[in-house]
Amino acid sequence: MPREGILVDRPYERLTREQVELIHQVSMQILTDPGLISFNREAVDILHGHGAAVESIAGDHQSWQVKIPEQLVLKALDNAPRTVKLGARNPDNTLIMHGDEPRVYFITGSETNIWLDVHFPTYVNKADPTREIRIPEFKPRRGTVDDLCQSAHICEHLEMVDGYIRTVNIQDRDITGDNKDVNKFFASLNNNTKHFMSGLTSLKQLDNVVRMAELIVGGKKALEENPIISFITCLVKSPLQFVDDTTATFIEVCRRGLPVAVSSSPQAGTTAPIKEAGIMAQINAEVLAGITLGQLVKPGTPVLYGSVPVRARMDTLGDSYGSVETSQYNIDCVQMARFYGIPNYSTSGVCDSKIPGQQSSIERLFSDIVVAMSGPQYLHCAFGLLDCNSVFCLLQAVLDDAHFKMIKFFLRQPRIDQPEMEAALKQMRAVVTTPQKLYISYIRPVLRSGEISGIYPFEGSGETDDVFEIAYEQMKDLLARPVEHIDRKITARIFEEIPGLLPRLNVYERGS
Amino acid sequence: MSKDIIAIIRENVIQGRKTQDDIGIDDSLAGTPGVVELTQQALERNISPQGIITEGLTAGMQVVGEKFSTKEYFIPDMLASAEAVGAAMDILKPVLESANVETKGKFAIATVKGDIHDIGKNIVAILLKGAGYEVHDLGTDVPTEQVVEFVREEKPGYLGLSALLTTTMIEMGVVIKALEENKLRSSVKVLVGGAAVSEEFAQEIGADAYCIDAFAAIKVLEGY
Amino acid sequence: MQEDVISLIKENVIQGRITKGDEGMDEGMVGQPGVTELVEQAVASGVHIRDVISKGLSGGMNVVGQKFEAGEYFIPDMLASAEAVGAAMQILQPRLAASGIKTKGTIVVATVKDDLHDLGKNIVSILLRGAGYIVKDLGNNVDAQVIVDAVREENPHFLGLSALLTSTMARMADVIQMLEESGLREQVKVIVGGAPVSEEFAQSIGADGYGADGFQAVAIVEALASDTES
Repeated sequence: MPREGILVDRPYERLTREQVELIHQVSMQILTDPGLISFNREAVDILHGHGAAVESIAGDHQSWQVKIPEQLVLKALDNAPRTVKLGARNPDNTLIMHGDEPRVYFITGSETNIWLDVHFPTYVNKADPTREIRIPEFKPRRGTVDDLCQSAHICEHLEMVDGYIRTVNIQDRDITGDNKDVNKFFASLNNNTKHFMSGLTSLKQLDNVVRMAELIVGGKKALEENPIISFITCLVKSPLQFVDDTTATFIEVCRRGLPVAVSSSPQAGTTAPIKEAGIMAQINAEVLAGITLGQLVKPGTPVLYGSVPVRARMDTLGDSYGSVETSQYNIDCVQMARFYGIPNYSTSGVCDSKIPGQQSSIERLFSDIVVAMSGPQYLHCAFGLLDCNSVFCLLQAVLDDAHFKMIKFFLRQPRIDQPEMEAALKQMRAVVTTPQKLYISYIRPVLRSGEISGIYPFEGSGETDDVFEIAYEQMKDLLARPVEHIDRKITARIFEEIPGLLPRLNVYERGS
Repeated sequence: MSKDIIAIIRENVIQGRKTQDDIGIDDSLAGTPGVVELTQQALERNISPQGIITEGLTAGMQVVGEKFSTKEYFIPDMLASAEAVGAAMDILKPVLESANVETKGKFAIATVKGDIHDIGKNIVAILLKGAGYEVHDLGTDVPTEQVVEFVREEKPGYLGLSALLTTTMIEMGVVIKALEENKLRSSVKVLVGGAAVSEEFAQEIGADAYCIDAFAAIKVLEGY
Repeated sequence: MQEDVISLIKENVIQGRITKGDEGMDEGMVGQPGVTELVEQAVASGVHIRDVISKGLSGGMNVVGQKFEAGEYFIPDMLASAEAVGAAMQILQPRLAASGIKTKGTIVVATVKDDLHDLGKNIVSILLRGAGYIVKDLGNNVDAQVIVDAVREENPHFLGLSALLTSTMARMADVIQMLEESGLREQVKVIVGGAPVSEEFAQSIGADGYGADGFQAVAIVEALASDTES
């Protein structure tokens, strides 16, 4: 049984059919003129071999102008699977996504450098020293592999997290470019039984992480049937450039037939036009270019239409994920992906705010609601992330779980049908004859059936706002709950076969 | 008369009009010569380059800076002005060299190996040029050897390194180590920046300064 | 046999089943006798009324209260149980005097003049009945004179006044003043409640107690009742 997610019956859409088609047509024009600049030789050869016009560009870096004909794109869209299955260590956590079905899964992400610790010092009122309050203080520090384990651990227990994208860049002294991938995959997979998606630091590590996944599920064939890992690659840099190393990674992932999100992250105003029409045509062209390349490498390879569009902020030209346009672009992308029938990897909840608080709540809730309403299949929704995805805070992740519960409840389909109406009529006719004229007794049958939403779990008492403190207690409770690690025998094999794993990650050898 | 043209240069810097084709912040100057044309005219009239720089370009940028800090101007406005100043400096450079006027210094800038993100680096380059530095942009995904070679040959006083990715920031340390091995480290101040970089990281790899944005970079340079 | 019917009464109070048609908490109980049927059985077979009340009804409500405290029960559950107890008390009432049992007391409740809101007042009534009080509900939009007359005729121990609107809460003061003018104020404890009402307001109009919700109302009545006894 896969996870149920939430089926959005009537997804919110911003674009008319004509606007969707116009974006599609202009994307096709973009792919032939100007086409893409490729810094990756192999991509050029593959596309050229299937009829793309290629021309070498003079300059410091080897690069080519690639013009991708419409026919090639349409054929790739035909080949791309309409249904993508993302497996999991625990089969109950499997995600099944159909491109034409707006069933939303909530997933964490992305990789952050900074880990935000929280503690609660006590403050005394100067005027009245008997009055004390506790205020959260946040302290940033560099993320480590232990932090990644904790993050994976808590996301295992957060009910609304349907799948896990590693949230922490591990920067321990003993982590290098060569052992980073294996350790981040192991730390995540060992502490979380949900689907795991990640980027890759070094292509050389691809076979090692795939082998690790095979050992966990029981072989190559088993991994094909239950792909517990998938990859995210930003192979196209905006505007319109195939990046050398990420494209190489993408090609190799496609060859292995593992699911991969083809993502593009244009910034409106700097690396994409500032207005909606321009950024939409460009991001769509960029994603289609990636999908086309992937389907040429291996027809039928499972891909997600990925979108991480953002608007530039006008005071620094940095990202402004908190801007409302960012949500609009994402909703438009969901609609484009549905137009093509390919499952969508969309973005919400990324905030500009640097710490948990009013700003972060408003920014993330706004985009989480509106983007979720549009019905993306794979909503990478920034659980616990702050400061434009550069900071991760466990407390924020716990807070986020609560509002996703509300969003999920909100998105449920209305139950208005003949039997419901008949039951309601019966109640009315009965209640009006009673002295109290109350429907309260009819609440009881639905009280525990999950049909009634709960109150906000971090509600304070009286005039105090204890949200952070209550959430912090819950965070500690969740961390104290055990997770199901990879079993002893398989762990031993993984440590035997996969080079570069830190011995301290082996829970069976620890302390001995 | 000479005062007039300098005042017009300043006005065009404030408007961010590089050439006569640019519209500027409002269209009041549309169709009239921009900073590039005006600077050429001024040189033809034998107005001193120092006067053009201090009273025209720098004075204009000062007003732009004030407008930016009062939030009347946004970064795109500032960049347009800085680009206009940079273009004017390109025209003035040969004249300054023949007159033996010292520039504010040579600044080499690069995004490190493996990283192809250049928005931040480009903004820094434009603003530093606008502030009067001689900027050499080595581009993105620049191999360490190329950076070292440039420092050896061109002897810039400053080197700016940029990285956006958590995966490539490590390369900055590699560049600094290579400069040390080539006994070039003391000849150049190394400034680092980029989304993934922090003060702590900068200290750890032995950089001279960490700049959170382009303005911080300018401030650091003015301090040297 | 005696013990059996009493423990069944207790069980059905916990389940909140008034009659045999009620579902209760657990499945499969529909059709089996509820609290009212069981109480009638008990009376018919000569079980002592004191035991029906203390072991069956109150014993059940105690468990319900504990479950509510523990977060296992919600208000609708509690109200169902209280309603069942209230219905049982109605059956037992005519027999109380004969059995020498003193009732816990009589309460007249009303929503004041010009106010049509009675949700809170109704919940309070149900809970008070469930706690064993005899409740006389005058309804909503009740004229002050009608309330004063009821106090004179029924001679209740308590009077509960409710108002939801800031514009009608002043009517509570009118009622209290009329009670004083009629020389009835001393014989009845006045408890006030409702969304705009506060402890401070209750004191300012000379009420005897303020209940922020149904449970507080019951608690304050119990406290005032024990004061009166001692």
